[in-house]
Amino acid sequence: MSQANYLDGNAAAGALSEVFAVDLTTAVGQCNGCGQTAVFAEARVYVDAPGMVARCNGCESVLLRVVTTPHDTYLDLRGLTYLRVPNS
Amino acid sequence: MERTALRRRLMWQVATVADVRRETDTARTIVLDVPDWPGHLAGQHLDVRLTAEDGYRASRSYSIASAWPGSDTGSTIELTVEQVPDGEVSPYLVDVLKVGDPLEIRGPVGGWFVWTPDQDGPVQLIGGGSGVVPLRAMLRAHAAAGSTTPVRLLYSVRRPESVIYVSDLKELATSDDVDVRLVYTREAPAGEPRVGRIDADVIERHAFGPEAGATTYVCGPTPFVETVADLLVAAGHDPAHVRTERFG
Repeated sequence: MSQANYLDGNAAAGALSEVFAVDLTTAVGQCNGCGQTAVFAEARVYVDAPGMVARCNGCESVLLRVVTTPHDTYLDLRGLTYLRVPNS
Repeated sequence: MERTALRRRLMWQVATVADVRRETDTARTIVLDVPDWPGHLAGQHLDVRLTAEDGYRASRSYSIASAWPGSDTGSTIELTVEQVPDGEVSPYLVDVLKVGDPLEIRGPVGGWFVWTPDQDGPVQLIGGGSGVVPLRAMLRAHAAAGSTTPVRLLYSVRRPESVIYVSDLKELATSDDVDVRLVYTREAPAGEPRVGRIDADVIERHAFGPEAGATTYVCGPTPFVETVADLLVAAGHDPAHVRTERFG
């Protein structure tokens, strides 16, 4: 995997904002692979794939995937143990 | 306003090009009139989507270049787009799009790489190439708010003619609270002997030290951001105070 072809969680903000009413880039997520917690904005986001893939910046496990079709958006969150979003 | 900007489901909407300005040979600023723009924070971005006649779509994310509320652009917002060789979207935005054209956008998005005038501590901005775009929005917000928070900008560019916002940056740097320093990587103007990338020496001489408690914003191509973030951490900066934004 090239070291230079990824962006960061900010790049996923638009796609995620179509699904979530809160800004997920400032949410803290825990990686299901290594247990690291980090602000989602610091994840590695790959946009060259079919869809968008966010990986943990610690262990590179897939955190989430977003695939948009003309009719629906598919969101796969299996790589996240949790997402912590502030209430205010 | 900020809450409205962040707490809503975003859908695509159509903006109209109100003006275009050439910044360099490869970059131009696009002024957009957006109906019911909810406002944004300095450092946020928006997505632009192009649809071909056959239905093929491509979208890209671009930093917003203008401050809000800044009154520097009235009810419009500005993007500055650098043309990427063989790009799918940027060549159209830089060379084809004209005043009066519609443009599909979604935003504002991103709440992490932002600066607000009520934030504590000095601000260190470090940009590479068109990574200066969101940093310019922060400088504009700083000026618009009349903030006296010390701000330093380190801006890495290839050569003098690659500098985006040259007159704007000079104007912003007239404030006692703002320091702008350009670092030339390929060719420097007369009187500027140093040619080379941002390194540990440049960081030590021109950036706030770790003791200043600054929040640092680094934006640029992924390798640039990785290098600068590593230099900052090696110099003793707290990684929690280094915010990064990468682009391809």
